[in-house]
Amino acid sequence: MYMFKYVLKRLGLMIMTFSIIFVMCFVLIKMLPIVVSAATGDAADIMYAQLEARGYIMNVVRDPVAGTYTFDNVPVMIQLGNYLTRIFTEGDFGIGTSMVQFANQPVWDVFVEKLPPTILINIYSSLIGVPIGLGLGIFAALKKNKWQDQLINVVVILMISLPSLVFGLLVQYFLCFKLQWFPITMKSGYDYFTWDMFRSMLPAVLSLCLGSIAAYTRYTRAELTEVLTSEFMLLARTKGLTRSQATVRHALRNSMVPIFPMILGEFIGVLSGSLIIEQMFSIPGVGGLYLSAINSLDYDFFMLLSGFYTLVGLSAGIIVDISYGFIDPRIRMGAK
Amino acid sequence: MERTIPNIPKEKFNFVQKNDLIHDKQLATKPRGYMADAFARFCKNKGAIVGAIIIIILVLAAIIAPMCTPYTVKYMDANYKSCFPRNELFVSLPFWDGCEPREDNKATFMKYYAMGLETGKNAVKNQEYSLENDMYSYRLDSVHSVGAEYVSLTFEKYEALQEYQNRTGIQVLYPVVAKSDRPQVIDGRKNDADYYFKTTTKGNKINIVYDENGDIIPVYDYYLATQTPNDGYNSLRIEGEDGFINENGQKCYYSYALPNSTGYEVRVNYYEYYVYQHTEVLKDGITTPSFLFGTTSEGQDVFTCLFSGARFSFVFGLVVAVVNFLIGAFYGSTAGYYGGKTDLIMERITDVLSAVPTMIVITLLKRHIDAGPATDMLVLFIAFFATGWIGMASTTRMQFYRYKNQEYVLAARTLGAKDRRLIFKHIFPNALGTIVTSCALVIPSMIYTETNLTYLNIIDLTAMNMTTVGTLIANGQENLTTAAFIALFPAIFLALLMLSFNLFGNGLRDAFNPSLRGAE
Repeated sequence: MYMFKYVLKRLGLMIMTFSIIFVMCFVLIKMLPIVVSAATGDAADIMYAQLEARGYIMNVVRDPVAGTYTFDNVPVMIQLGNYLTRIFTEGDFGIGTSMVQFANQPVWDVFVEKLPPTILINIYSSLIGVPIGLGLGIFAALKKNKWQDQLINVVVILMISLPSLVFGLLVQYFLCFKLQWFPITMKSGYDYFTWDMFRSMLPAVLSLCLGSIAAYTRYTRAELTEVLTSEFMLLARTKGLTRSQATVRHALRNSMVPIFPMILGEFIGVLSGSLIIEQMFSIPGVGGLYLSAINSLDYDFFMLLSGFYTLVGLSAGIIVDISYGFIDPRIRMGAK
Repeated sequence: MERTIPNIPKEKFNFVQKNDLIHDKQLATKPRGYMADAFARFCKNKGAIVGAIIIIILVLAAIIAPMCTPYTVKYMDANYKSCFPRNELFVSLPFWDGCEPREDNKATFMKYYAMGLETGKNAVKNQEYSLENDMYSYRLDSVHSVGAEYVSLTFEKYEALQEYQNRTGIQVLYPVVAKSDRPQVIDGRKNDADYYFKTTTKGNKINIVYDENGDIIPVYDYYLATQTPNDGYNSLRIEGEDGFINENGQKCYYSYALPNSTGYEVRVNYYEYYVYQHTEVLKDGITTPSFLFGTTSEGQDVFTCLFSGARFSFVFGLVVAVVNFLIGAFYGSTAGYYGGKTDLIMERITDVLSAVPTMIVITLLKRHIDAGPATDMLVLFIAFFATGWIGMASTTRMQFYRYKNQEYVLAARTLGAKDRRLIFKHIFPNALGTIVTSCALVIPSMIYTETNLTYLNIIDLTAMNMTTVGTLIANGQENLTTAAFIALFPAIFLALLMLSFNLFGNGLRDAFNPSLRGAE
């Protein structure tokens, strides 16, 4: 029961935080100058129609004699209400305006179309990163303070320090350009599960997973060494278990307690992808869409994607905290 | 029941074990403070020391290097784009010598080879090459391969240039080629000044005509010594250059200038012309084009750009860290010290602020602030001031929770210390170590984020005649297949910086909190 209340409280807080950010974002965007895609030569009614469709103004009336228009400005809070109503009743997040390739397309559809590459790359990178990271971490912990451990330590420090920017560049230059193992940028098209596509995704996946491999290794090693030195391990050995039995059955399971939530959090977190890696390898994903929405000031796209990124960040945090709470009741992050 | 203890006279006391020696020695070591202790621990950590030294070197380089080079960030030369890095110490070695390893067909190769034949400025390094399957392998000097250029000069400038030639004995002007003899390529560079020899053109392809010995045939424009020269100027030749005798036995002079609408069109060796321009005309301290780290695809000197970018990064990191430290320490100590409702409200505020992605803050700020060319810079600082202090605040808050209920604070409070005194005199100094450590760990992450933002071109400082490491790396990445070296040194710099800051920060953390060692 306590857990249920805890989860509810965290969820409530998250929704509150999200709403505040969302509303602030919306208001600030609506205060910006309005982008209208009508050309100067177009009839004025096109412009007014666009403004009306985007919810800025209403009750546009054209005076047939003077040719002038009268309209009412819609207050920002009512615009927000309209926006939310449309989202919840019709699933309509608005339409693209200033990005030429997505002009007049429903924002949500474009977003859904861009999602698979980002998600796939992150799933691949987790699939590669988690086993290697855990394996290296376990190995290092078992060989604690021997040369293997020192070597892994040095490599981990290098990996953690090397910015993904530099690492992506190295991968792209040596593996893609010099050795020509992979294409320099990701293949376009929608055939996500073909070998060619996988191959063209690999450099990005590699660049992404190296940082997380280092993080997993470091964390696993720290956790496992702590567990290995605890009293119950001594008990397990005195009970007659061999070292490997004791390690696998007792130490590993116990060290997984904090590691598992971390993996979960990292997985949700990487859903938002890395803007750097997406940009570098021209991945047609959410990151690229976000960047071009920012650069060309497409408000509806910006609004949706900002909401998406905020939500992903928030849920990564909350899922880690809640799963900690489930797995190890001693830890209740944020609870008094 | 009250019992009074009368004073016991001194002589009634006696030692229990008078005959035993006391083995305990009096403590003779000097007492050591927290900071000295931390410093000693820090010095034991070799990695941290190395990190600190590298950071100091990089900071010094960022301060000094931009002063040592005549180039500025604004400097751009349209002809020296994507030049390879050249270190004078490595000139005799096959790397870092300002040369690009190339493999070309004969026509392309001969164009470069002929440059060295004409001017002695070898575009093909040392005029050395190896021939295999009709392909020439050689090292192409980025600076000299620009070769000759046609330049339009007014008469005064032309005379000044001649005066310079006569004074220094350096040949800048070379005989021009008549327009009809130049290769006529439909698109691409017409009037390519590098072809001073006979060519035929077929479509877009230039074929070189060789004589019976396989040599190129120069087709300089010339005039008979008896004619008036095109430029109306006779003493054009450098001493010793005295024309030639043509097949009819007539004395001829080469023409060095063709009149055009604005003055004269002359053919210059661009290297020497560049030297002349910078030493005689602009007098900006640049002597020869030599680029230690190469040039960008816009023709900027990477060395200058890198270190002035690094300078900006350091200043940025430091300013943001200091401001965040002040805000965070104040906010965190208030929240931590008072606790309860104050803490709850303040925590909710940081919760919301920390959940806002930086990208949103920056984009919205960029659209709402208009400060001309300084907009991006301002936005960058404000965005980091707005959310950067949250980590610092929560560290401070945690430390306050740790210390505020300790006995010594209670003692101080009992003695009548006010809140302010308790916070700043009693609790804060104890928490300082941890806070300083997180401050040191925050600087590289600030620099890293700044690099990422400039790499993604969301923040663009070029409007302020500034550049950053991220911009340089982006430039190298855009030209990955042709000029990846542009990103080489910036990437090394960034990697070194991050590595050394990590080592340094971890060392600092271990020194201040030995109990946290290895955990993270």
